[in-house]
Amino acid sequence: MNIRLLFTLLPLCVAPLQATALELFTCEPEWAALASELGGDRVQVYSAVTGRQDVHVIQARPSLIAKIRTADLVVCTGADLESAWLPVLLRQGANPAVRPGSPGFLEAARHVPMLDRPENLDRAEGDLHPMGNPHIQLDPRNIARVAVVLSERLAKLDPSGAEYYDARGEDFRVRWENAIADWETRAAPLKGMPIVTQHRSWTYLVDWLGLNEVANLEPKPGIEPSTSHLASLLSVVEDAGVALIVRSSYQSSRAAEWLSRKTGIPAVVLPHTVGSMEGVDDLFAVFERILTQLTEAAE
Amino acid sequence: MPKCTSLAFVSAGSALLCFAAPAMGQGVISGNEFNPAISLILDGQFSRYSNDAEDYEISGFALDEEAGLTAEGFSLDESELNISANVDDWFYGFADIVFEDDENETEVELEEIYFESLALPAGWTIKGGKFLSAVGYHNAFHPHSWDFADEPLAYRAMVAGAFTDVGAQARWIAPTGIFLQFGAEGFRGAAYPASGSANDGAGAWSVFAKLGGDLGQSHSWKAGVSLLSYKADGWDTDLDGGSLSLDGDGDLVVAELVWKWAPDGNARNRNFKFQAEYLHRSENGDTTLEIPGVSSQGEYDIEQDGLYVQAVYQWRRGWRTGLRYDWLSADNDLDDLGVATPFDSDDRDPERMTAMIDYAHTEYSRLRFQVSRDDSSDNSDTQVLLQYQLSLGPHGAHQF
Repeated sequence: MNIRLLFTLLPLCVAPLQATALELFTCEPEWAALASELGGDRVQVYSAVTGRQDVHVIQARPSLIAKIRTADLVVCTGADLESAWLPVLLRQGANPAVRPGSPGFLEAARHVPMLDRPENLDRAEGDLHPMGNPHIQLDPRNIARVAVVLSERLAKLDPSGAEYYDARGEDFRVRWENAIADWETRAAPLKGMPIVTQHRSWTYLVDWLGLNEVANLEPKPGIEPSTSHLASLLSVVEDAGVALIVRSSYQSSRAAEWLSRKTGIPAVVLPHTVGSMEGVDDLFAVFERILTQLTEAAE
Repeated sequence: MPKCTSLAFVSAGSALLCFAAPAMGQGVISGNEFNPAISLILDGQFSRYSNDAEDYEISGFALDEEAGLTAEGFSLDESELNISANVDDWFYGFADIVFEDDENETEVELEEIYFESLALPAGWTIKGGKFLSAVGYHNAFHPHSWDFADEPLAYRAMVAGAFTDVGAQARWIAPTGIFLQFGAEGFRGAAYPASGSANDGAGAWSVFAKLGGDLGQSHSWKAGVSLLSYKADGWDTDLDGGSLSLDGDGDLVVAELVWKWAPDGNARNRNFKFQAEYLHRSENGDTTLEIPGVSSQGEYDIEQDGLYVQAVYQWRRGWRTGLRYDWLSADNDLDDLGVATPFDSDDRDPERMTAMIDYAHTEYSRLRFQVSRDDSSDNSDTQVLLQYQLSLGPHGAHQF
């Protein structure tokens, strides 16, 4: 190889490494986005799940084990959302620094108020999460709550960057607070808006904006929409004057489109996280897009 | 309450809930708060074979008594009771207790019961107890996570389904971007193809190396090579009212490749899995034949090759279909014992073709229909079965 080229390329490879102090492994992309906001150049972030993937069906694949092995901090939603694959990754990854209970492990759901805690635990009721609905990221106030804990954690693991994290945390806090205020103003007319969702993954959004989640396309959580269940929704949906049928990008469009065809109610994909749709590249864009689509549908 | 003050910046308009730790079960010590995770696998089938399952044989292979077909008609496969938990901050414990129903007699077997280290530094893990060896790919999976109702022919013929034995394992993961793992195991050597726990209970050992990663968002793969070296100390098989026993040393080499695909890596609706393994077993030593009227000694030298290739496609949520091809070949060299032995191959390489379709209503239940054309011996066998696999308790692990 050309020596001069090598010398030109070498600093490019080394430079980002010098600045990076912490290697982060996040389960979901929303925590990766948050970590980038808070950690800036001092953190290198890898997300196990992308916005296009269903977090419920991830496997403990070799690449994820390799990433866990070298991580300084693991940030996951918790509350059983990743129970099928995260424990396997943690055991296989053989990295005691990120074991649950150690400073290198952060479970977001522990720091937010949980909704939908089931009173009756019976699998005949579908795939229930005993600790409550784990799709906490769709309430921006939860993002703020986790941001506080994550900032503290970054500073604890990388004390020499404490001031840096503090400054970035403060900057994010102000921007996020303003954004929430703006979204809430724009969402005021949406209160009570009746919607149908595919899976109970929009509960926190519904709660935040005061929407009215009339029904789910899944007859029970985690169970594929059936024709009989969809047919039973027809009258429910029309009686309630449903404005929108909502699903995530990783879900099959079949059921939502069927109901939309039968009722004339528009079916849309809303971003459930960062990277789930074209152009939704950070946390602000997630809620911006949701608000835009909901207000358009309400008009 | 520091948590409240630190959260106070969230816009005043949004109602904020601030939680103190809930007071739970005050003063009540019931002793069961630390119960381990317990799951029970219900696994059963109805099968029809064109040949008698009792006469099942694989040409050129002397099968261990553990290897063969599930009984014809209504039968239970392995009912597994899994119990697992972290013991403390150093150890994780796992037990897999298998109940087998044999003509209304229940046999209990410890398929696995082991501990694993949690706190070793630098990517090291140590495992001890009885466990499924990490040799090969298929070996480490319990039957309820197989893609077909039965094991590959090569595993049936060479390790009587799976190699599980009492021993210890050390493995290490390299701190690299790509998954790179090395490991070694030592075993008693009591389980087929080893036997007799030679060397004072240290009669088998293995080494393995695995490599894996992703290709873009949609593809992931794993490959590996492993070697199992063992002593067969007095392994025997019934023969003509007496027995044929073997004392020898053997090596089993396994090469594995797994490749998975899902659009954008989202396996929810559509996904594809390709899996192939090649096994080579060589073993040599002394034979002892003891049948009424005949007692003779000799030498044996066997070379066995096995290959299977399988592909499983999920075309919509819950529905999968799969195809599998098995092939075996034996080159056995035995001193003439004057009687026919299972090592005599009738110049045919055993083959099997299998097709299956299954439906998983949830992650906890699966129904499967499978058809095989098994040409393991001269009597070609058609095997048809209907199987259910249900899982009670916690969510099963999504192993790659």
